[in-house]
Formats: sequence, structure tokens, C-alpha cells
Amino acid sequence: MSSVRVLAGTRKGAFILTSDAKRDRWTVTGPHFAGWEIYHLKGSPVNPDRLYASQTSGWFGQQIQRSDDGGKTWRPAGNQFTYAGTAGTHKWYDGTPHPWEFKRVWHLEPSLTEPETVYAGVEDAALFKSADGGTAWEELPGLRGHGSGPNWQPGAGGLCLHSIVLDPSDPQRVFIAISAAGVFRSDDACRTWRPANHGLRSEYIPDPTAEVGHCVHHIAMHPSRPRTLYMQKHWDVMRTDDAGESWQEVSGNLPTDFGFVIDVHANDPQTIYVVPIKSDSEHFPPDGKLRVYRSRTGGNEWEALTKGLPQQDCYVNVLRDAMAVDRLDACGIYFGTTGGQVYASADAGDTWKPIVRDLPAVLSVEVQTLSHP
Amino acid sequence: MIRVVLPHHLRTLAKVRAEIALEVAGPATQGTLLDALEARYPMLRGTIRDHVTKQRRPLVRFFACGRDLSFDAPDAPLPDAVAAGAEPFLIVGAIAGGAAGAA
Repeated sequence: MSSVRVLAGTRKGAFILTSDAKRDRWTVTGPHFAGWEIYHLKGSPVNPDRLYASQTSGWFGQQIQRSDDGGKTWRPAGNQFTYAGTAGTHKWYDGTPHPWEFKRVWHLEPSLTEPETVYAGVEDAALFKSADGGTAWEELPGLRGHGSGPNWQPGAGGLCLHSIVLDPSDPQRVFIAISAAGVFRSDDACRTWRPANHGLRSEYIPDPTAEVGHCVHHIAMHPSRPRTLYMQKHWDVMRTDDAGESWQEVSGNLPTDFGFVIDVHANDPQTIYVVPIKSDSEHFPPDGKLRVYRSRTGGNEWEALTKGLPQQDCYVNVLRDAMAVDRLDACGIYFGTTGGQVYASADAGDTWKPIVRDLPAVLSVEVQTLSHP
Repeated sequence: MIRVVLPHHLRTLAKVRAEIALEVAGPATQGTLLDALEARYPMLRGTIRDHVTKQRRPLVRFFACGRDLSFDAPDAPLPDAVAAGAEPFLIVGAIAGGAAGAA
């Protein structure tokens, strides 16, 4: 017997939605941490009742919260994120040097093997690790120490490290993505890093094919094919089949290839999902129609999925960490909007319905597929 | 005992409902008051002042006795009425805005 738990981070708190495997009736709890921005929540794959949450405030800073009962109760873990050594500078929007300053945790990625170990991607971009359940945090300085660090520049949302992808077949290999620096890969458990952006082309930077400087919005991997990654870049949907050595554009027939989210079907590593957004100046769906696009061929050939989604007067956005999938036989797809809806499909995208519709703006969605004896 | 009033979000974080009464060791200053507060409620470390530099966070203010104490030196004595527990020390999340014509 299985059930599904959806973890939604919003501008004003966290919400947890649960359902049995049919996924047609949902129970909503929350807001947890009411009034705080919850950039991300995620559960440990080793212990699904161990959840981590990034709780943040422009007034009062950062907290990491931890739950050991699947989100029923929480307690503050740690909140000291201090850059290793001399913080140095990166480039500001105008190109001048700007001191590295910690602002918030965008993404928490629990270890695939150790429930007490969790990684944090932060703004200003850096990678931190905790080995004690989120209490003490240490920067993994090899990333920022990469020679390009002083030239990284923030995207419109800040200089944020928003994606952390752990290779399930190789514990030494980790991918991260930064807006607007690009993808980096480590093959030695985060000690050293190298850019993995060959094949990206970004017309909004002086050298469109530069090694570093691309505004990557999100990356996703299917665990059965760890050398294949998919990317929603600022513009362009991209794919690599050699672990980031080279990327190819797979935007194909999308109505626009701007967007934020991308994810992979749990049971078919060639089936991927994006939500096209009109442009970087107009962050809403084209023509006021909220459409998920699915490719069953790993890109290039896309079909619009509209059944159950608003097809007129819809001007929400879907932010970069706000799509996830469950692992049931008929794969469930979930995404949250800045209008406060969380939409779900229990049939791999064929049909959709809102499972909650009046939350604060949704910043992130994660899904846990739970097995009960 | 020194009385401290936290802003709403820090009350929920620290799981306290009302005014806090703190015993402060040594002279009553902003610094010793915050040391005592953070010792009793470790989750408040970093939320009012920086972990390392101990600088007040930019959008946090300190008021007491009808005065703004935000820019007082951390080792300056607190007002007598605060030190004696007659008046509370208010930790406030700054209210942004206030421009003429704002909705």
C-alpha cells in the first residue's frame, strides 16, 4: 500500500498535502512556519519521515527546520552559514565587484544514503553541507574556489545555487546549477569542480558560448540514466547524454522555450515535462493558457497537456523548484504556481486538477512516495 | 529581570507566547541582554544580530521607553527603567514603506 506526500513551500509558509495512491482526495495541513518564506522542503530518501525545510525572512534571516515525523512537528536545526575563508567578491549586476553575502537557502538536497547528511544551495551562490541533520553547516569551498567565481553574476532572482543533483550510481559525482553562472560538476565528492556548459548558447552575455555565465534555471536527472540530464535554461531546453560534457538544444516545437521548471517521468527516463513561459519580460504562460508540455522522446517533439488546466486568462508563473513527480506506476506529476494552486496529474500528465488552489505563491514542490507495510 | 518583547515571527520561532523575562548577568546593555536571550533561545541566534559580527540585522530595530535605541552602542547601558524591569525592551521588525501616496 502506498501513499503520496506533497511538500509545498510558499511565500507565507509550508503546506503538506497527503493522499492515498489513488490521488483523488487530498488532505492539506499548514501553514507551517506561517508568515515565513519557505523556499524549499525535501525529505530524506533513506528516512522519509526526516524532512528538511528552508525557512527565511528578509527581516530575520535563515533557519533550517527539521522534522522526524513526516512534517507533523518541527524543530529549528541550525542557521549559521559562514563562507569558508575570505569571502571575496563576485560581479554585481553592473559588472563591479560585490562582496559575497549570505542571503538564504534556495534548495536542500538530502543525501541518498545518510539521513543526517544534507546539502544546501545558497544565495550568494555556494554549496554547504551538514552531516548532523542540519545543525552545523560547512561550506564546500571548492566550488566557489573555482577560478571563475569572481566573475559570476546574479540572475534576476539573485546569485543563487538552486539545483543539486546527486548521481545515484557514483557517490563521488554531483551536479549543481547556479543562476547565472551555469552548471558545474564534481567527480570527487565536491572537492573540485569544473564547468559543464559546453553547448549552451546565451545571447544575453557578451560571449554567447562562454564557459561560465549562463542563466540555467533548473536541471533534472532520471536516476536510471545518470549521464543524461535535462535543463530549462533562461531560454532553451537542453539535454546532455554525457554527464554535461556537451549539451544539445531540444526545444523543438515548444511555443516558447523560456521557462523555469523541468522534470522527468519516474518510470520513463525519456519522458520529460516543462511549463513554457512567454518570455523573460513577461513571466506568465503564452496566450493566458497554462499548458504543461510533455516530450516522450527526451525533447524536440512536444505535446501540450491542457485537460484540467486553465486555458484562458491565466497569468501565473511556475518557479524553478515547483515541479516534482511521484514514483507510482501511473506516474503522478505535480506543479505549483505563483497564484497559489498546486496542480496534480495522476496519469502522467493526460489530465490535471488542482489539489489545493488558494495558497500563497508557491516557491517549491517536492513529492514523496511512501510505502506502508 | 529584564522584560523583552519579541516580534511575532520570532515568538513563533522560539515558541514563546508572551513577554520574556530575562536574568542578565553583569551590567544591563544591549549586548548582555542579547547574549542572555540567545543563551535561553538558541534558535534566535542570527535572527536579531549577525552570528559573527554581532551587528544588528538591518531590518531589526530596538525601542524602549519611547526611544529608538537601535543605534546605541552594544555596550551602552540600557535605560534604568528597562534594567529595573519597569519598561520592556522591544525588538521590532522594521515596517518598510510609508511613502506619501502609497496604497
